[in-house]
Amino acid sequence: MPLPIGDVIGILSDNLRLRGSVLPIPPKKATRWARGLGLPRGGATVLYTGQMYQLIPYIELAVRAMERVESTPLAALAPLGRRVNRLLNLTPLALRPLARTRAPYDRVLGDIAHLLRQAGVGFGYLYDDDLYSGALAYDLGLDEVVARHAHRVVEAFRRNGVSKIITVDPHTTTMLRTVYPTLVDGFDLRVRSYLEVLAERLPPADAPLGQRLALHDSCVLARAEGVVEQPRALLAQAGVTVCEPAATGRLTWCCGGPVEALYPARARATAARRVEQLRAVAPAGVTMCPLCLVNLRKAAADELPLRDISQVLREAHTIPTTPTLTTATKKAD
Amino acid sequence: MTTTLDPDLADQIGLPGTFAATACTNCGVCTAVCPAGLDLLPRRLMHLVLLGAADRLRAETETIYSCLLCGLCEEQCPAGVRITDTMRALRHYCNRTTFGL
Repeated sequence: MPLPIGDVIGILSDNLRLRGSVLPIPPKKATRWARGLGLPRGGATVLYTGQMYQLIPYIELAVRAMERVESTPLAALAPLGRRVNRLLNLTPLALRPLARTRAPYDRVLGDIAHLLRQAGVGFGYLYDDDLYSGALAYDLGLDEVVARHAHRVVEAFRRNGVSKIITVDPHTTTMLRTVYPTLVDGFDLRVRSYLEVLAERLPPADAPLGQRLALHDSCVLARAEGVVEQPRALLAQAGVTVCEPAATGRLTWCCGGPVEALYPARARATAARRVEQLRAVAPAGVTMCPLCLVNLRKAAADELPLRDISQVLREAHTIPTTPTLTTATKKAD
Repeated sequence: MTTTLDPDLADQIGLPGTFAATACTNCGVCTAVCPAGLDLLPRRLMHLVLLGAADRLRAETETIYSCLLCGLCEEQCPAGVRITDTMRALRHYCNRTTFGL
C-alpha cells in the first residue's frame, strides 16, 4: 500500500509541536559545527542556521526508510508509528547518520562562518537556542503548529538580545523574512541571507578558481526572496565562469526536494530533469540550498559533480581567520 | 462518485488575503510550465473549489501534496494568482478535514 501521508504529516506535526523540530535531533549534533570557532553566544547579530544543513543527513535516512516501506504491507504500520512517536522521540533511535555523513554539512556552516569573518562581519551564534524554523511544516499547511512554533523561535531571539539575523539557507530565509512577520505581531528583526551580506562586503578572492560551473538557483531564494544577482557576483569574484542553464534566475527549475518526504519517486524525476539542464552547460554545478544539493546529487550520481556555493567561495578565499577577529569587526547592517 | 456541492467551500478553505481561486482565468500557463507534471493542475483544483465539490477535492490529495510549491507557475501567471498560497491553503484544509490534524 502507498505511504499513508496523513500519518507521515502527523508525525512531523507532532514532532514540531512536542519537540520543536519536524525531526528532533540532539542539540549536541545540531551545534557540533561551531566547535572550536569561538563564536560568542547571542548578541545583536547572529548567524542563524535553523538546523537545515544539520537535518539533511537525517532527512536522507528518513526518505530512504520511506522508500523501502512505500508500496509494501509495512506502510500499514504508520498509524502505530505515529502513536508510539508521541510518547517516545523515535528520531534519534531510528535515524542515526554516520559522522562522516554529517561532516560535509557541518563543514558548509563552518565555511560560511569563515567567509563572514573574511568579510569583516561580527556575529554570534545561539547554540541550543538555534531552533528549527518550521519551514517544512509550513509548506505542508500545518499553520497552527507553525504559528505557535514561530513565537518560540522569536522568543529565543529576544532572550538572546538579537536584532539582526544572518541566515544560511533559502527556506529559513523566507520563513524568517516573509512568513514570520505574518505570524508574530511586532516582528522587527532584520533578516538577510549570508549571500546578500557577502555580496556587499567580501574582499576579492586571494585564490581565484578559473572554473566553469552551472549555477542552480534556489526557487525560494530567487523567486520568493529576489536573490539572483548576489550569488553570480560572488562566483564571478571567485574566478568562476557562471554557466546559465535553460531555466535560470527567477525562472529556475525545481530540484524536486520539497516533495521528497511524501513522494520520493516524483522528487527523483524532477531532479533528473534538472540535472540534464545543468549538464548541458557545464561539467560541474553549484547550488545554494541543502535540499537542492542533496536531491540533485542523488540524481546526478557521478555524472555531474555538485558543490554548495559556500564551498566554492571558501576555496577561493584561503586566508585563515581566527576567533578573535570577531571582536574587532563591524556589525552587519 | 456522487458529488455533494458545498457553496461555502471556498470560504472554508480561504485564508484571509491568500486564497485567490476566483482570479484564475483558466489560461493554462500553470499547466504548461509545471516541473512536477501534476496529474491535476492548480486551475482544475480551483475549479473544484469554486464548484463547491468538497468530496472531489479531497479525493485529489496526491495532487495537492505533490505540488513542489516552487512558484514557477505563479511567476508566469498572467492573472497574478497566488498559486503557492492557494496550494498551501488546500493542504491546510485537507489536514483538517481528511487527516484530522
